[in-house]
Amino acid sequence: MNRIVRFASSDRLLPLVGVFGLIAIWYIGYWSRIVDPVLLPPPHAALKALWNGFTGGRLLYDFWQTVIRTFAATAVAGIIAIPLGIVLGSSERIYRSVEFVVDFFRSTPASALFPLFLVIFGVGNATKIYVASFGAALVILFNVAYGVMNARKTRILAARVMGASRWRVMKDVILMESLPQTFVGLRNGVSLALVIVVVAEMFIGSVDGLGFRVFEAQQLFDMPDMYAAIFAAGALGYGLNILFLMIEKSFVHWSGK
Amino acid sequence: MNALASVGSYRTLYGPDDAPTPHITVRGLSKTFQGVVIYDNFNLDIPRGRFTSVFGPNGCGKSTLINLIAGLIPVDKGEVLFGGKTLAQTRIGYVFQNYREALFPWMTAFANVEYALTLRKVPAKQAKERVNALVERLGVKIDLTRYPYEMSGGQQQLVSIMRALVVEPEVLFLDEPFSALDYEMTLFMRDQLQRVFEETGTTMVLVSHDLEEAVYLADYVLLLSRRPAKIADFPLVPMARPRHPSTLSDPDFVELKGRCLETFQREVRKS
Repeated sequence: MNRIVRFASSDRLLPLVGVFGLIAIWYIGYWSRIVDPVLLPPPHAALKALWNGFTGGRLLYDFWQTVIRTFAATAVAGIIAIPLGIVLGSSERIYRSVEFVVDFFRSTPASALFPLFLVIFGVGNATKIYVASFGAALVILFNVAYGVMNARKTRILAARVMGASRWRVMKDVILMESLPQTFVGLRNGVSLALVIVVVAEMFIGSVDGLGFRVFEAQQLFDMPDMYAAIFAAGALGYGLNILFLMIEKSFVHWSGK
Repeated sequence: MNALASVGSYRTLYGPDDAPTPHITVRGLSKTFQGVVIYDNFNLDIPRGRFTSVFGPNGCGKSTLINLIAGLIPVDKGEVLFGGKTLAQTRIGYVFQNYREALFPWMTAFANVEYALTLRKVPAKQAKERVNALVERLGVKIDLTRYPYEMSGGQQQLVSIMRALVVEPEVLFLDEPFSALDYEMTLFMRDQLQRVFEETGTTMVLVSHDLEEAVYLADYVLLLSRRPAKIADFPLVPMARPRHPSTLSDPDFVELKGRCLETFQREVRKS
């Protein structure tokens, strides 16, 4: 009893409670046959499939394909959206005039645009990357523009009163001011890019990638493999978020302070 | 023209030998904000090398006045000259009330101060030397390699003041610089500022919402009326420097403060 209390009171281990809880429920579901065992293999089978897939199996290759596509999509999105966001954000009038269009397409599910992108770019690898960068770009654009627009007025005045030119104010103050929001945009953008890439891998004539792996395993009723691919996708999403948070912390150390 | 008449009053108060020359001359200043007239044909002379405090009823445009003079907000009409020069030809320093939003959090405190010199195209090596010289002269005992958000409010405001001072401004404006600090820190910072003033002899213009502080620091107290603001009074503060907390209970100080308070209350009641 005492040990359980000590365990629970150690805050760093608290997240494990949920993990073990989930695995316990999974086992109960499996042993009690509430769920068809064909659909729900035991956790250790899924874990084994995950291990095998990453050590010599195809899963590792699919994982990397998805990673590459997601990073490529985010990079394309960033290269287009960051400069554009700065331009839009630096003039409230310009931003207001395109705000509706940005918001509209930001709210449009990118998956609804698959057919359009297929027509324009064909069924190749590029289509998946472009459709994901489209979605990510709007998120990044929106955040960068807001970061620029919401630059602290006092800081801009402080630079101006010290004799900074318009260009210096832009470069030294407004750009720096927009960085925290830009990183928020990049973090949301990469998450969205992953979502779109995985969906695209399922439905846009794919031969690899995590989306393809999940879809194919399901078609073959290879459930342990399917769960393994789902967990790989989850780990990727979680890892990307942590990675971007870490980059953010070291680049914009002043964020939120 | 009655504003000009009251401008003259400080000369008579100060005595003929010691009459300071005007440094900042404001003529025919007008400013309207969303239909509200804040200043209408306002005239003012701010003396050179003296400490002037600006005090007045809430919303009368104390801060607006120094923002107009320092060019932070454009004037509708009128002319502001600094010893005959325009603002563009004059080096000014400005200390904001909200130091948290005025310092650059992506730079260390040292870099913040240095940046003011970078903007004036001072070479990097020379800039560092000048910052170090200022630190030494003011006897600042803060670790300037830290970032502003790692510092206390008082330390941040001290960095702000250093950033404004490092370019050796001809005029230093301070907009309620201590109002966000606790009382202990405020007392300490007042004395720091007084030392800087005595040390440099820079013309200083301080906006304060605290009458005691306004009188304590000042050579002249500019008392403004309700808007459209006029000069209600512009008395000399004859107390010797350096002033100490004991000055606060000096009978002359108390009397002068009382007189200012009377003027202030008369202006507040007017409507």
